[in-house]
Amino acid sequence: MTKLKFLLTLNEKLANYPQAEVEEQLSFYSEMIEDRMEEGLTEEEAVSAIGPVDEIAAQIAAELSPEKKEQRSKKPKQRLKIWEIVLLVLGSPVWLSLLVAAFALVISLYVSLWSVVISLWAVFASFVISMPAAIALGVGVSVGGFIYSGIATVAAGLVLGGLSVFLFFGCKAATKGTAVLTKIMVVWLKKCFVKKEEEK
Amino acid sequence: MDVQLKRGLLDVCVLAAIKNEDSYGYKIIKDMKPYIELSESTLYTILKRLELSEMLTVRTVEHGGRLRKYYHITGNGLKRIEEFKDEWEEILSIYRFVMREVEGCDKT
Repeated sequence: MTKLKFLLTLNEKLANYPQAEVEEQLSFYSEMIEDRMEEGLTEEEAVSAIGPVDEIAAQIAAELSPEKKEQRSKKPKQRLKIWEIVLLVLGSPVWLSLLVAAFALVISLYVSLWSVVISLWAVFASFVISMPAAIALGVGVSVGGFIYSGIATVAAGLVLGGLSVFLFFGCKAATKGTAVLTKIMVVWLKKCFVKKEEEK
Repeated sequence: MDVQLKRGLLDVCVLAAIKNEDSYGYKIIKDMKPYIELSESTLYTILKRLELSEMLTVRTVEHGGRLRKYYHITGNGLKRIEEFKDEWEEILSIYRFVMREVEGCDKT
C-alpha cells in the first residue's frame, strides 16, 4: 500500500469526524511514514510498519472523545477533498508554489483562449479596413488607365468585404463560445474550493 | 494494568522523552521502544492530551521539503515529572512494606 492510498483510506474511514481533527491525524501519520522512509524503509514497508489501516482507523475512532462524536450528526458530510490530501502528502512547503503554479496555469489558459478571439477580431478589423481601401485603390487604378488591374483590385476588395461578413459571425460565435468556456472554467474552479461552505 | 494508571505513566514517559531535547513523533517511539512498545495512535492521543494540558508545546519545522512537528516540554511538564518522582517514592515504599509483610508471613 502506498502512503497516498493509506491516507486516502484513513480519510475515507474517518469521514464522519470533524475535518480539522482528521487533517491533523493524517499529517501525523504522513510524518510517521516519511520518517520511516527516511531511515531507509521502502514506502511499502513504512506503511505496513504503521499497521493495518482498518485497525488504525478503529483506534482513532475509539479515541476521539464523545463530544467529537456528537459533532458527527451536526456536520455529516465534511470530508477532505482528494487534492487536499495530495497537498498534505506533498507537504505544505510546496503548497504555495503549487497554488501559484495552478493560478498561473488558469491565467495562461484564460489568456490563450481570449488571445485567439482577439486575433480573430483583428483579422476581421483588417478586412473591414482594407475593403474600402482596395475599392478606392481599384477605382483609382482604373481611372489611371489600368482597367483590368483596377477591376481586379475592386473585386478583391469586394471579396474581402464578403469574407468580413462571414468572419463577423465567426468572431461573434468564438467570443460567445470562449465566454461560456471561461465561465464554466471559473465555476468549476470555484466548486473545487468553495463546495465545503455550501455543504454546511 | 489499570488503564488510568497506565495512561498517567505513559504521559510521564513521553514527557521524559522530550525532557532533554525537543523531539518528534517517530523519534519518541524509537527512544521508548527498548522499554515500552507504543503505537502511533496511542502516542498521538498522549501528545494531544499533553498539549491541551499545556505540558508541552508544538512547533512545526521544515525538514527535507516537508513538515515535521517538534514537541517541547514546558514548565508544567517538568513539574509533572517531579511530581511523578515523588509519587513513586511513596508507591515504592508502600511496595516495600507490602513485600516485607507478605514475605514475613510466608516465613511463619
